[in-house]
Amino acid sequence: MLKLLLSRLATAVPSIVGVVVVTFMLTRLLPGDPAAYFAGLAASPQAIAEIRTKLGLDKSLPEQFVGYIVDLAHGNLGNSLSTGQPVVTEIATRLPASAELTLFALILAVGIAIPLGVLAAVKQGTWIDHLCRIVTTAGVSLPVFFTGLLFAYVFYYLLQWAPAPSGRLDVFLSPPTHITGFYLIDSALTGNMEVFWGALRQLALPAISMAIFSLAPLARMTRGSMLSVLGSDFIRTARASGLAPGTVVFTYAFRNAVLPVITVLGMVFSFLLGANVLVETVFAWPGIGLYAVNALITSDYAPVQGFVLTMAVLYVALNLAIDLLYGLVDPRVRLDS
Amino acid sequence: MIPLLRHARYVLSENPVTGLAFALFAMLLVAAIFGPMLAPYSPLQSNAAMALKPPSAAHWFGTDQLGRDIFSRVLVATRLDLSIAFASVILAFMLGALSGVAAGYFGGWTDRVVGRLADTIMAFPLFVLAMGIVAALGNEVINIVIATAIINFPLYARVARAEANVRREAGFVEAARLSGNGEARVLLGHVLPNIMPIMMVQMSLTMGYAILNAAGLSFIGLGVRPPAPEWGIMVAEGANFIQSGEWWIALFPGAALMLAVFCFNLLGDGLRDIIDPRQRT
Amino acid sequence: MTAVPALAVEDLSVEFRTRSGIVKVLDHVGFSVDKGETVALVGESGSGKSVTAFAVMGILDPAGKVTSGRALFGGADLLALSERDLAEQRGRELSMIFQNPRTALNPIRKVGQQIADVLVRHGGATRSDAPRAAVEMLKRVRIPDPERRVEAYPFELSGGMCQRIMIAIALACRPALLIADEPTTGLDVTTQAVIMDLIGELAHESGMATIFITHDLALAAEYCDRIVVMHAGHVVEAAPARELFAHPRHPYSAKLLAATPGETVSLAELASIPGGLPDLRRPDLPACRYSGRCERRIDDCTKPLPHRVVDERHVVSCWNPL
Repeated sequence: MLKLLLSRLATAVPSIVGVVVVTFMLTRLLPGDPAAYFAGLAASPQAIAEIRTKLGLDKSLPEQFVGYIVDLAHGNLGNSLSTGQPVVTEIATRLPASAELTLFALILAVGIAIPLGVLAAVKQGTWIDHLCRIVTTAGVSLPVFFTGLLFAYVFYYLLQWAPAPSGRLDVFLSPPTHITGFYLIDSALTGNMEVFWGALRQLALPAISMAIFSLAPLARMTRGSMLSVLGSDFIRTARASGLAPGTVVFTYAFRNAVLPVITVLGMVFSFLLGANVLVETVFAWPGIGLYAVNALITSDYAPVQGFVLTMAVLYVALNLAIDLLYGLVDPRVRLDS
Repeated sequence: MIPLLRHARYVLSENPVTGLAFALFAMLLVAAIFGPMLAPYSPLQSNAAMALKPPSAAHWFGTDQLGRDIFSRVLVATRLDLSIAFASVILAFMLGALSGVAAGYFGGWTDRVVGRLADTIMAFPLFVLAMGIVAALGNEVINIVIATAIINFPLYARVARAEANVRREAGFVEAARLSGNGEARVLLGHVLPNIMPIMMVQMSLTMGYAILNAAGLSFIGLGVRPPAPEWGIMVAEGANFIQSGEWWIALFPGAALMLAVFCFNLLGDGLRDIIDPRQRT
Repeated sequence: MTAVPALAVEDLSVEFRTRSGIVKVLDHVGFSVDKGETVALVGESGSGKSVTAFAVMGILDPAGKVTSGRALFGGADLLALSERDLAEQRGRELSMIFQNPRTALNPIRKVGQQIADVLVRHGGATRSDAPRAAVEMLKRVRIPDPERRVEAYPFELSGGMCQRIMIAIALACRPALLIADEPTTGLDVTTQAVIMDLIGELAHESGMATIFITHDLALAAEYCDRIVVMHAGHVVEAAPARELFAHPRHPYSAKLLAATPGETVSLAELASIPGGLPDLRRPDLPACRYSGRCERRIDDCTKPLPHRVVDERHVVSCWNPL
């Protein structure tokens, strides 16, 4: 397992290098004069020249790249123009909000998609199979920001079941003591049930919107791989051995069928991290997506670059975790490496 | 060709949903081509007296905060939304198919460079990368096209590479080479045409995603600028009125968006069944 | 000889629903296996040997349907049992092993666990002593170093080893009947003999009846007491192995025999059987499904198939037998 970990870490290195090079290029690609952009719209020529020296834009490209790397190594992503705060600090304080939303959406998506896919495969051709087909085709067709708005209209405005789509917690409640930064976990740990329910109610609609968008590839893959596994020789052996139907479907078929499902998790995360930006915008969720969108509107580029880099590094790390999970489930990968 | 048509008829009769997708597609095309002519009102003409009116006989989809007719705006926006998606898909296809075919055909360092490039793009969450690209290149419609093309590039390159790799040693390619054609000619004249059907399927499958991506970017204020009618931006404008109950401003452009994406997704699945029945799930 | 056979299949018909129509895969198939006896089901691929076994085991594809017949086993009709009751029998009273052992085992479960699953399911062992029982089973199928091998995954073992594991799974609960469906296909020649000997010995030790499905008549003759020849979903002849070899009565059996390489026959002398199996989707299938390929066809062949008893143990379904 250690060997697997090392070999997978080695494959993540070129991805990280690529990500760093691309984000560096994005900062140099800024239309016109990057210094002018970083200085802001109302800056004087002297201020722009100052910024240019400060950003090192008067140096050669390789020198600039080295400077960029050094900055990154020191955890320096520049400062936000509009708030004046270091981008790293702002992203770090907002990350838990995005992470809580994304992970909760993932858990919802997996919790719905996998049982649905398994049932659709086991009861092929029945209503549940058709339901699965409709959900997977409709799910990827729904723009996530549109679903979010519809939910807000129906469940907040019409039915008033959900709280106003404005952030992580009602204004009358104060956030729980900071332990993990996840409101659900922190409030549960401190036994603050009022805040727990409040946070859950705020989380429900954005998380469901994201889950609907991302469960399609999961359900589709679960159904497909369950079908092919159920038709395989070893399932016939299991049935011929008289194993109980539950054992056949779960211990034998499902554990094999879950392997391709793990590999689409990468795509699902790509969907989720993208959808995260849009959903945070709709629900005024104070995460890094909303931070980046607000910075975009004010042409504040350092936060946008920092956001892209953070998301990419997170995504590489998640893919690494997916690879390791695959190795845990499949002994062939674990023992061969 | 004849067996393909017969197979197409079989697939259509087996799966009426694909027929529905074709009908929707025709409707979208009509809206994109004749939209401005069919629209009952000017999509840009504001009318303060008629602001925020719910759907009625005069304004089927109601009016927005400036009193503009939403039906006309949704209809006229079809052209812009489909053009952005279509242009980006064509661009992604040209970049991806050419470099992918070259990578699969020549192998070696060409293959490594293209592979590395595709891997690097895939190392990003795609929508986030598109945001970064549009932010860097500037807030223009053309940059939405470029960004959407770039994030779709790896898909095309990979499919083209795999297909070209299989066909590299095929008889007809060998024959073309032996009859004195240069490598570039073999590649463009013999390998590329043979992978067209599978690339067509890929294009219709990514079309829906391209529409979603472009609309998502304009929803957060990138690319398309008001007052231009575009579905994503119209939903964004409508978002401000959802909490006060004016649902129609966001609903109709959102529904148009959904319908278009749904249509291309169904179409992609249908085309795949027709062209590549093995892949059917 | 024995009063009650271990398994008696009577009048078994199976149909498959396909896109291009209904396929009558089995048509009134009947044969029996005595306790402790080894019977071969022989025929070309597509003759219905495996389908017969799957029908008896109750593991037919969802597209397949039993339309008539009984399979008497231990006083009950297997075909009439509910899926739940049949599952109780499978793996305990009647077991099956398959071809291609490497794909027939769960690739991501330790082989010891796969044996233990069957033992625990049928009450052959409790969860806590199942691992020890699994080691015992590996010893019985003569796998060297069984304590280490129970921890192995199928991909770490050779094809022959995997087939021994399959046998261990099948025999874990000491069933009264074992169906071996081409158990040596996909194995190399020396391993084939070892596996066949192993099945023979284990069957002999426990007095278990065995049905051996193969297209290889020579192999069947070497290991089996009796041979049942199938063609296109019909049983055309059933006889003791030695007698079938000496005096085949059905024209198809004779052709099959002539196509089997023996010690004296060179490859050039091998006969081939003209024609292929008839299209089983046709609504106007002839009464004798071999008649289209048969050199001894006579006018009577259009009449319903006869059941000619040559002697007590030798039966042939032909109007013009040899």
